[in-house]
Amino acid sequence: MIIAEQKPMEEILEMLAPYKKILLAGCGACVTVCQAGGEKEVGVLASQIRLARKDAGNPIEVLEMTMTRQCEPEFMEEAEDAMKEVDAVLSIACGIGVQLMAKTFFDKPALPGLNTTFLGFPEEHGVFTERCAACGNCVLHLTGGICPIARCSKSLLNGPCGGSQDGKCEISPDVECAWQLIYDRLKALGQLENLENIIPPKKWITSRDGGPRKIVREDLRI
Amino acid sequence: MKSGSNLEKVFERGEFAVTAELGPPKGNDVEAVISKAKYLRGVADAVNVTDNQTAIVRMSSIATSKILVDLGLEPVMQMTCRDRNRIGIESDIFGASALGIKNCLCLSGDHQRFGNEIDSKNVYDLDSIQLLNVMKTIRDEGRLLGGEEVEGDVNMFIGAAANPFGDPFEMRVVRLAKKVKAGADFIQTQCIYDMDRFREWMKMARDRGLHERTHIMGGVMPLKSGGMARYMQKNVPGITIPDDMVKRMLAAPKGKGAAEGIKICIETIEQLKEIEGVDGVHIMALEWEHRVPEICEEAGLLPRPN
Repeated sequence: MIIAEQKPMEEILEMLAPYKKILLAGCGACVTVCQAGGEKEVGVLASQIRLARKDAGNPIEVLEMTMTRQCEPEFMEEAEDAMKEVDAVLSIACGIGVQLMAKTFFDKPALPGLNTTFLGFPEEHGVFTERCAACGNCVLHLTGGICPIARCSKSLLNGPCGGSQDGKCEISPDVECAWQLIYDRLKALGQLENLENIIPPKKWITSRDGGPRKIVREDLRI
Repeated sequence: MKSGSNLEKVFERGEFAVTAELGPPKGNDVEAVISKAKYLRGVADAVNVTDNQTAIVRMSSIATSKILVDLGLEPVMQMTCRDRNRIGIESDIFGASALGIKNCLCLSGDHQRFGNEIDSKNVYDLDSIQLLNVMKTIRDEGRLLGGEEVEGDVNMFIGAAANPFGDPFEMRVVRLAKKVKAGADFIQTQCIYDMDRFREWMKMARDRGLHERTHIMGGVMPLKSGGMARYMQKNVPGITIPDDMVKRMLAAPKGKGAAEGIKICIETIEQLKEIEGVDGVHIMALEWEHRVPEICEEAGLLPRPN
């Protein structure tokens, strides 16, 4: 899922400075699961904003809403009525949600309340780690189900650099070496011979490097 | 001959080769390069020029290498995958060759987290093994990675690094084999302090016959003090220093640590000369270029062949 985290309060308040009435819009999908932009976070953040603005002698009215999924056009109508009343929307969905709100409600500013950080999963309670770089050309079958693009600090495709030690990456003792993980997993699978093959240079054209991506599925078009 | 470089000739003649490292200045000071280079003349067969090592911004390896060429020294231009994509890399290979640079060492490069531009984007379009193959393809097939023909002959003696002290250990000889397959004519290893582990790695390399397909140079770096030894043992990823060696450095009398470090370095070179499949030594003196001549002298590496 998409992992995000709330922007610093100071930055949020700065964004909201010109507005007197806003919609704070959460999302019921990924950011609810990673507890950055679900119903609970909408409630807490709305109170914090009201309080901060009241203390500053510049009160703000905050409408609260948690939309089913901010990344799908069909759910945009949930916000239609509220959007008519407000100066702007502070979205605490991922960047996709913010942009769909901006596109749908073209005449109202859509402000990001979160930083969208990565695609990953919770490793343990309260700890989220990156797993996928959405490079558009999956190599997980070659690397024991562990992604070197997302998890190696250098996105190396042919094994660990010289900085791998005791299972850790050279950048920090808190970061696991992806190639140690790949090695261990391929060993467990009896597939260490995979590592002998040179993986050729990656065609980054399928990644963001090829420009903004688009998929057209003729079979799904009406 | 693949490149006609002096380093290649030394290997071809079966002599024990010597390379030494020169760190470019943190600015445009040509004199700084010249003054370091003068210590290495007649001492090393070729001089490695680091490419923004530890991600600290310095004079480019290509420009520094050209300064050495002009001084009549032979550079081994280091090239990392951290700072440029395949367009930049291939263009720089052309440029380096045009400037008379005949040796290039292909590296992944230290992550920018270590350096003085930590907010930079890291590139890693290619990894070091892919870079080796790109360079070999340009030289041997006259083609770019993208397939287009290269004009002229780009004759480069291609090097790679190997770290027998990184983990997982079993992967280390696999990486070496891949680098040889990808095009490495010579190998320079990470600094050797743990001779037992190096010997084990060399045995694994010989078991695969790799020592006959590439020229392996053992890397050495003189320890400057007991404190440095202890720091490196604990804090530098990919370097292992045995406890006994740290103790020996710490036991050196005050003011004698440097001498002890140089003594250890010389002993290491003496041992390397005796290991089957080790064809040379690479001395990384880390701002101690002026001490390289005495190391080479004491280790019986002088005079160098012409």
